[in-house]
Amino acid sequence: MSDATATIAPPRPAASDRLKFYGIWIATALVLLVLPKLFSSGGSLTTFSLIGISIIFSLSYNILLGQTGMLSFGHAVYYGLGGFLAIHAINIIAKNKFAIPLPLVPLVGGAAGLLFAMLLGWVSTRRSGTAFAMISLGVAELVASSALILRTFFGGEAGVSANRTKVLRLFDWSFGPQIQIYYLVAAWTLIAVIAMYALTRTPLGRMCNAVRDNPERVQFVGYDPHIIRYIAFCFSGLFAGIAGALAAINFEIANSAYLGAVQSGTVLFATYIGGVGFFIGPIVGAIFVTLLSLGLSDLTQVWQLYFGLIFIAVVMFAPGGITGLLMMHRPLLKGGTLSRVLPSYLLAFIPTLAMVTGLMLAIETIVHYTVNPNEDSHIKAFGVPFDAANPAIWAVAGVLLIGGFIIARKTWARVAASWDDALTAAREKGVAA
Amino acid sequence: MSTAIELRGVEKTFGITSVIRNVNLSVAQGERHALIGPNGAGKSTLFNLISGYMKPSVGSILLRDEVISGLPPFQINRRGLSRSFQVTNVFAKMTVWENLRCAVLWATGHRYAFWKNVDNLPEVRDRTAQILQDINLVSRRDVPAGLLTYAEQRALEIGITIAGGADVILLDEPTAGMSHAETERAVALIRRLTEGRTLLIVEHDMSVVFGLADRISVLVYGQIIASGTPEEIRGNPKVKEAYLGEEVA
Amino acid sequence: MLELIVISTLNGILFGMLLFLMASGLTVIFSMLGVLNFAHASFYMLGAFFGFQISRWFGFWPALIIAPLLAGGLGALVERFGLRQVHKNGHVAELLFTFGLAFAIEEIVQIIWGKSPVDFRVPPLLDFPAFTIFSTNYPAFKMFMLLVSVIIFIGLLLVLKRTRIGLIVQAALTHPHMVGHLGHNVGRIFMLVFGVGTALAAVAGVIAGPALVTQSNMAGLLGPILFVVVVVGGLGSLPGAFIASLLIGLIQTFAVSMDGSLAGAFGPLSPDYAATWLSDIWNVTIAQIAPIMPYLLLVLILIFRPMGLLGTRDT
Repeated sequence: MSDATATIAPPRPAASDRLKFYGIWIATALVLLVLPKLFSSGGSLTTFSLIGISIIFSLSYNILLGQTGMLSFGHAVYYGLGGFLAIHAINIIAKNKFAIPLPLVPLVGGAAGLLFAMLLGWVSTRRSGTAFAMISLGVAELVASSALILRTFFGGEAGVSANRTKVLRLFDWSFGPQIQIYYLVAAWTLIAVIAMYALTRTPLGRMCNAVRDNPERVQFVGYDPHIIRYIAFCFSGLFAGIAGALAAINFEIANSAYLGAVQSGTVLFATYIGGVGFFIGPIVGAIFVTLLSLGLSDLTQVWQLYFGLIFIAVVMFAPGGITGLLMMHRPLLKGGTLSRVLPSYLLAFIPTLAMVTGLMLAIETIVHYTVNPNEDSHIKAFGVPFDAANPAIWAVAGVLLIGGFIIARKTWARVAASWDDALTAAREKGVAA
Repeated sequence: MSTAIELRGVEKTFGITSVIRNVNLSVAQGERHALIGPNGAGKSTLFNLISGYMKPSVGSILLRDEVISGLPPFQINRRGLSRSFQVTNVFAKMTVWENLRCAVLWATGHRYAFWKNVDNLPEVRDRTAQILQDINLVSRRDVPAGLLTYAEQRALEIGITIAGGADVILLDEPTAGMSHAETERAVALIRRLTEGRTLLIVEHDMSVVFGLADRISVLVYGQIIASGTPEEIRGNPKVKEAYLGEEVA
Repeated sequence: MLELIVISTLNGILFGMLLFLMASGLTVIFSMLGVLNFAHASFYMLGAFFGFQISRWFGFWPALIIAPLLAGGLGALVERFGLRQVHKNGHVAELLFTFGLAFAIEEIVQIIWGKSPVDFRVPPLLDFPAFTIFSTNYPAFKMFMLLVSVIIFIGLLLVLKRTRIGLIVQAALTHPHMVGHLGHNVGRIFMLVFGVGTALAAVAGVIAGPALVTQSNMAGLLGPILFVVVVVGGLGSLPGAFIASLLIGLIQTFAVSMDGSLAGAFGPLSPDYAATWLSDIWNVTIAQIAPIMPYLLLVLILIFRPMGLLGTRDT
């Protein structure tokens, strides 16, 4: 390396930065290790396992959406096929007593995801943008419908099940108890996250970003954007397959829902709500959406509607997702002007909350009349009991909704104004936006 | 002297409109060749044809005696021809450094590599740093390209174009929209960066053209009406009548 | 056999015309606003459910007019207060917004009308066989559906060729980048186009509702086929969408009426393979794979004509 480079190129990370970097990974590993000690109930172990699977799946999806700019409506295909192949692999291993322990089975799923991505991806990635999105949807429908025809392999409506404890034991771990599954998932999550992070820092990873920003120009620096999209698609399929296999191991079953539209939609929701612009975004989204779907389904009957509404709200008002919202505040934090916006947040929060409460009240009351018209009108939504038959409810909901909306609009305008002030002040202190 | 680019009987039609009509053009190795002509003469279309963005309807285009017409842009680029765009065409969300690095990766042989850390490639760092210094954007290294000033973006555009080390460079109106001082700097930059390479440049600013070019071709209504040294072009009555008028007087 | 061909052709054209009722709106919206409305099939479903509800209260004929107006009005509101807000965040955000909308509409329909099919009946006035071919009675309502879609098709052609708005839409179809230069009322035109497009989808819903099944999953079933139509036809091409609609309509209808299989053609599979996945392929009938035909067509088109039948644009 020439001397000139040393002064011009971005500095190599200092030893302390590197220590910090590896420290984060080691700390993550430690947290994963002790997490079951803190929350040891079966329910929380299952939740953690689901979150881990969802993290791998969402990150694999973000290789497409966030890194390469490809919006897929059919990513569950590779997840599902990974799951099915893993289940069949477990059954074959158990039947033939092959010397393959369970922790290696996700590799089978990954290979399946990779293989099908290689097969279907070549056609899908010929187009980009809207056309790619529609093609991914078409291919997903093709695979999902075919799965119902090929009953022997996909097990029809019921799916295919397996017993994960029947394969070769490793260190006397049967993988029957959830705690062992948790560690299996945690280990694979860590491996997959590190691998996908490393991928973003390779020549291919950077060219994926270039294709996302400007596929036309990429052709004039020697690259074929189709090949870049294709390789990204294959990697994405590989990791989705691993996630699917872990899900299959966790549930000991794979069925057609694994590769269906709902699964494809869920991973899109999780990734986008978390934020596609940062590597950590899909991780945040996976945690948030998994907890939300588990939590909401206990609190209300129509949780999927709320889910959809949250997604629409994120697309409309926070296109950077949760991570994008948080990262927006970094320059303010650095410039020390964060305190200028906080009061306006508080001010905006109250009418917004009123508006949302009004909306929820209205929805729950309507649900009472349409979904369960014959049940007792004293219902409980989100843990709050109220009488849906009481006409005052409509008035309360209306006032909260409309009044909240009118006031919220004004307060959010104030948030925007104080935000601009704070940012300008931060910039004046020399903080780059 | 061998030819770098040669166009043989190239035509391009869109529907029933022919935009390029029977163009024959030859640019020698190491020559700085300017393409001038009134708006709508088909200069950008000609660039699009040479760089593979469009395919000619008739005729063939040769790069160092090899036919390249019909090849996709990336293959033409790999053979050592690189172009810039009239409308700035950079990777807007990536930093200046990353923009230039993207343009270096293929030429340094890293292609689609997914097993190497992109920050740990010494020759990539060296070359990117060199280009960054050449285009005078060292102080803007970590700024996203979308946030650069117009003149800086134009400089980056040229940087991306030459970064791959292509020895045939096509620049499409590199100084368009620049102030007088900026134009002067840009010309000096172009002169320096294309030293020893073949340059084909589309330009409206006649002072740039006559100051930079070894040879000039005049394109009017999709046809080359004259080709020659700046002196020949200045003295050519056909050119004066069709295009230059009082501008060169 | 001849009977089968005549009936299937009629049904195929009918299904194709219904698809085109939706695909035309989708294509025009895509050309003008640059966004593929993922929720387009949801407006078709809203049309069916509005039609069902209004038929109950006022009868079928008012429903045929009011339901599309309501759905179209909703569509216009969605454009004005939703899409326009999202527009600044780019096309991916717009597509995602309509995706979320499709999801929410399905949930809302489920909440209001439930998950099982509703009893949306053919109006008594049209509940008789129109004619009898060979031994099959062809229902008058289906002829009515065909008539409505043909009338709208002709109406659309006239609007496109004869009116100012039509000229603007045509210009947008051929030169999508020029849309920005339409002037100060571009917002109103977008709203109008989106409203009319979704209203057309709702018309398809009202007339298809009684003949097909009116259920909360109908958007999810039809949506993907609709997107196959616009991709196969070539994104942004109206004639392409027309050809692809009829093509897919006919292919699917013919496939459904055929029960041939490899086993039927080549004899049963050797018993050695009876329990393997090969037997699934061997014994499956053409009728059973009818649902995946459009997607197979999509893959084939992408291999041989990546831009679609009449497409010229990349995105």
